[in-house]
Amino acid sequence: MTHHKVLETSGASIGEVGLPELLLLSIQENQEAHAGAESDSRLVRARRQEVTHPVIFIGAGTCGLGAGASATLKAVQSYLQNHEVTADVVEVGCIGLCSAEPLVDVQLPGRPRVMFRKVTEDQVPQLLEAVLSDKIPEAMALGQFRHPTLAPWPDVPMLDEHPFFAPQTRWVLANCGVIDPASLDEYIAHGGYRCLVDVLHTMTPMQVCEAVESSGLRGRGGGGFPTGKKWKFAQGTTATQKYLICNADEGDPGAFMDRAVIEGDPHRLLEGMAIAAYAIGASKAYIYIRAEYPLAIRRLRQAIEQAEAAGLIGPNLCGSGFDLEVVIKMGAGAFVCGEETALIHSIEGRRGMPRPRPPFPAVQGLFGKPTIINNVETLANIPQLMAMGHEAFAAVGTDTSKGTKVFALSGKITYTGLVEVAMGTTIRQVLFDIGGGIPDGKAYKAVQIGGPSGGCIPEQHLDIKIDYESLKTVGAMMGSGGLVVMDEDTCMVDLAKFFMDFIQRESCGKCIPCREGTRRMLEILNVLTRGRKNEARLDAIDRFMSVTQLQQLAETIRQTSLCGLGQTAANPVLSTLRWFRDEYEAHLFQRKCPAGACAELVTYRIDPRLCRGCTACVKKCPTEAIFGSRKNPHYIDPDKCIGCGNCLDACKLDAVIKE
Amino acid sequence: MIHIEVNNRQLEARPEDTLLSCMRRHGLSVPTLCHMDGLVPSGACRMCVVEVEGSPNLVPSCAFPVRDGLRVSTHSPRVVEARRTIVELLLADHPDDCLFCARSGNCRLQDLASELGVKRRFRGARSECQIDMSSCSIVREPAKCILCGKCVRVCEEIQQVGAIDFAGRGSRSRVGTAFNEGLNVSSCINCGQCVVVCPTGALTEKDYTREVMEALDDPNQLVVVQHAPSVSVSLGEEFGLPPGVDVAGRMTAALRAIGFDRVFDTGFSADLTIMEEASELIARIRNGGKLPMLTSCSPGWIRYVETFHNDFLENLSTCKSPQQMMGAVIKSFFAQREGIDPAKIFSVSIMPCTAKKFEAARPEMGRHGVADVDAVLTTRELARLIRSRGINLQQMPAEEADTPFGERTTAGKIFGASGGVMEAAIRTAHYLLTGQELADLNVEAVRGFDGLKQAFLNVNGLQLGVAVVNGVGNVNRLLKEIRDGRSDLHFIEVMTCPGGCIAGGGQPIGIDRSAAAARMKALYQIDAGEAIRVSHRNTAIKQLYDEFLGEPLGHRSHELLHTHYHPADVLI
Repeated sequence: MTHHKVLETSGASIGEVGLPELLLLSIQENQEAHAGAESDSRLVRARRQEVTHPVIFIGAGTCGLGAGASATLKAVQSYLQNHEVTADVVEVGCIGLCSAEPLVDVQLPGRPRVMFRKVTEDQVPQLLEAVLSDKIPEAMALGQFRHPTLAPWPDVPMLDEHPFFAPQTRWVLANCGVIDPASLDEYIAHGGYRCLVDVLHTMTPMQVCEAVESSGLRGRGGGGFPTGKKWKFAQGTTATQKYLICNADEGDPGAFMDRAVIEGDPHRLLEGMAIAAYAIGASKAYIYIRAEYPLAIRRLRQAIEQAEAAGLIGPNLCGSGFDLEVVIKMGAGAFVCGEETALIHSIEGRRGMPRPRPPFPAVQGLFGKPTIINNVETLANIPQLMAMGHEAFAAVGTDTSKGTKVFALSGKITYTGLVEVAMGTTIRQVLFDIGGGIPDGKAYKAVQIGGPSGGCIPEQHLDIKIDYESLKTVGAMMGSGGLVVMDEDTCMVDLAKFFMDFIQRESCGKCIPCREGTRRMLEILNVLTRGRKNEARLDAIDRFMSVTQLQQLAETIRQTSLCGLGQTAANPVLSTLRWFRDEYEAHLFQRKCPAGACAELVTYRIDPRLCRGCTACVKKCPTEAIFGSRKNPHYIDPDKCIGCGNCLDACKLDAVIKE
Repeated sequence: MIHIEVNNRQLEARPEDTLLSCMRRHGLSVPTLCHMDGLVPSGACRMCVVEVEGSPNLVPSCAFPVRDGLRVSTHSPRVVEARRTIVELLLADHPDDCLFCARSGNCRLQDLASELGVKRRFRGARSECQIDMSSCSIVREPAKCILCGKCVRVCEEIQQVGAIDFAGRGSRSRVGTAFNEGLNVSSCINCGQCVVVCPTGALTEKDYTREVMEALDDPNQLVVVQHAPSVSVSLGEEFGLPPGVDVAGRMTAALRAIGFDRVFDTGFSADLTIMEEASELIARIRNGGKLPMLTSCSPGWIRYVETFHNDFLENLSTCKSPQQMMGAVIKSFFAQREGIDPAKIFSVSIMPCTAKKFEAARPEMGRHGVADVDAVLTTRELARLIRSRGINLQQMPAEEADTPFGERTTAGKIFGASGGVMEAAIRTAHYLLTGQELADLNVEAVRGFDGLKQAFLNVNGLQLGVAVVNGVGNVNRLLKEIRDGRSDLHFIEVMTCPGGCIAGGGQPIGIDRSAAAARMKALYQIDAGEAIRVSHRNTAIKQLYDEFLGEPLGHRSHELLHTHYHPADVLI
């Protein structure tokens, strides 16, 4: 695709369709880039390549706000006011390094932008004091942004060389945490909406579908269906009304990729949606987003208003003769509404329950019309894909999985946050090179990938490449991108229990195997983690019987459930059983939890050689289970002990032993 | 032509077939719990799963479209194990009270448990639910609910009432009313179609057999019973007879054997209804009254208007339904004639209907604290009552109903089928308007199962427009047309249940369209086979007017046989 063509074929008309001036400049700049022409100063300013007074950027995504960014913001504002400093304060989204929030960047005129970590409100005065007088507090500096012309700060590392960022391939997240998500101009100045204009004026819908198909882009929401192929289903139908739905109902525990993209770069999603809608012929698009994402919703609303006002979506967008209305539909937070047909029911105003497929939504979807549902990340990939061309896109990744994937790192990992890596990167690289490994010197146990539908990856498979197919070989799946890391202190039976509890609560209740089966599986897991004390006479026999049923039940649920939620509901159990069978056996046969996480299976005793009879533990014991006379070794009555662990914390002599 | 192979047998399929419809047509049986003919498959119960070659998971045959070359196995070990597990899972959350359940012996869950040889495999917590006894007509016992969703679908998609829906998530999912309040304050119209489709005992009619038996045992009470036109053609099914066998005579004998003092035929009061209603129609046409007039025999429909279409209350005929007219004349004319205090008469009606229970309990249906009808039993309850007395219906001798209210014409009998009221009314209206009988008494245009039937008849130059609706949901479009200005209709019959009373909510469980059709056919056979086919020739009716009522729409008629309506105060 050549941008040159745009000017030639419709140069005159583009000028006349009322596109924002900045967008015309951006298109022009892109065409003249080869000729080495200088960028227009308006673009340079909008990109903040040059600033006239200091700019202070505050990472104010949901993760930043959780870490105290709003207090930091107030502190920055009052500092500036008190010291009568003229500066721009910009709230940006999340750059991904959530563990270092609140993040504050400062850009002084004539100097590159520098990012500082953990700038809580009390840190603000000293930071600004130093930076505004041209001194960088090195302990707080994460790194500086690379600038094309300005001389770098001495002794401040480049941000793109930081171990967290260096191995990443940031396409979808390119603007997140960098640009002001509330500014359409900034998005445009960074190349935004150029592709949309290009696509609308130089490509037929079929050509777009084909380009996307050739790129090898696959659905990033979990299923991994080839996006271009999906679009073609709807493209090929002749219905008078078609719909595009952006699935932003991100519900997996530990997943926050979509939220970050929308909060940090909402126009990228809108541009992707406009291209997708054009490709399939949909004049109405819905963004189905969970109501628990208020900031993302606010950003989206604002972005839609701006794009509509600029003629970038709405009737006759970009003068193409094509209309697109974008509507935000808030979901009430049911996990199952991420399933396509349930999501459609929810938009239609009905209870979010899946229905059998076929008919597939691409043929008969929302209000009975052909409907394409893509996830946020999939759609956010589209502008990049069209800009770089499908060949370049397909050059990144593995044979079957192209491009990049965004992951949300959480759990027992040094750098929690959001990363984007090329397909084919290994899990080990993501967790240990980027994520910084397991904190506190603990040993790695497993990572849960793909949320409640996915599986866990044990140590011996850490070198598996991130790829839709290879992850399946170890009983996991790509899923939407949550990576929850577990260390030696995590009990895998407890983990399975957590996910089973989640699924059985979130099952829509429609089909019997999912509704009733997951409930019984959870009960079996509960029985496994229950101590002998809380058992009635026949429970012990049931306990052994039920374990034999666990796998059978999982199999029936997988084979017979109505939707993807049910069919994958048993995965966390099957996966942990596959890799950590020994832990299940320890719970079943020895009534021990090797990780020491299942409270009822943990026993405490006092080493009489170490105990000096200080009675500190006696005072903390809620059930009066500890006996002994002062200055003599004490004893814990196992029948009275409830395993709370207070004694362990109370003992200063390490005489309490947890087993 | 599409060919599929099921269990190594070649089957021809139609392009629109699902696996299930194709297999059923060829006589192959696959169990289902949630499937409903004619509705989009819901795919909820997963009982109909089969193994399709090349498909990694089992597929639900109810929703799986056929394609050429499919190879299917319906009872492979994998399939049977899956079905068994599903039933075992259901039983793990089901009360163990089959012995006391109204549906014992007629329960799909029980049947499947027995067919699949289930064991008690899963023992876990059971859901705790409260029984909802608030409705006069229907009892909900959510503990027995398997969430197949058929009640929800029949209520919303067929009847377009939507009184119940799913609530809650996961294993806490329940079928319930808005805000989980009692059915009595919901928008339920008491039609009982949910009860008929329920595969278990989660929905049952409110049982009044105990009250009836107590009355029968009370020497101070004269217990009188009436039976509705459609009961005699369906009751036999409860005793092993094929659908559509008329057991009116045997039923009369059985009712006497049970101990009822008088056995009357609601067909008589159906004739009476026609006299009043046809006169009311003519009066409305002549006097510029509110048109189109809507029938008022079907109490579910009345409630539907009161709940959803208040603007049509004045269009409803003020005539009470045949049940209530019979009740009223029993406790007035009959009581007077027999010299009994109306309070000492216990009046029972046998109805194909659960809404009749609600109707009988309406405060306006009686005088001076004495209800017109004291207890309403459905066809199913009557069958229980007969069985409880050790009576073998099949072997009962045929007996005649009692005078004076045992005499009916066939016009009263066809009330049991959709279109019957209309046909009977047309026969009499024609006579009242012209003084002549219709040349052909058969008004075929209003017969049959179509949800909306319309006919235009020329009566002495009057172009009489009539419409017949069955399945109350089908009325909405017609009412919208009328609101939008349509004015060519004078009279509309609406029956709440699809097909009319023959497929009412109180009829034997497990009916399909063919059974309902057989019942309908039986009614029209009776109509064709008897001599007196018009209500105005019912001699007992004439006698009633001469001796007691005076004339149709007269003062006494108004007092006893007419009523009024008011908007329903419901939650949603």
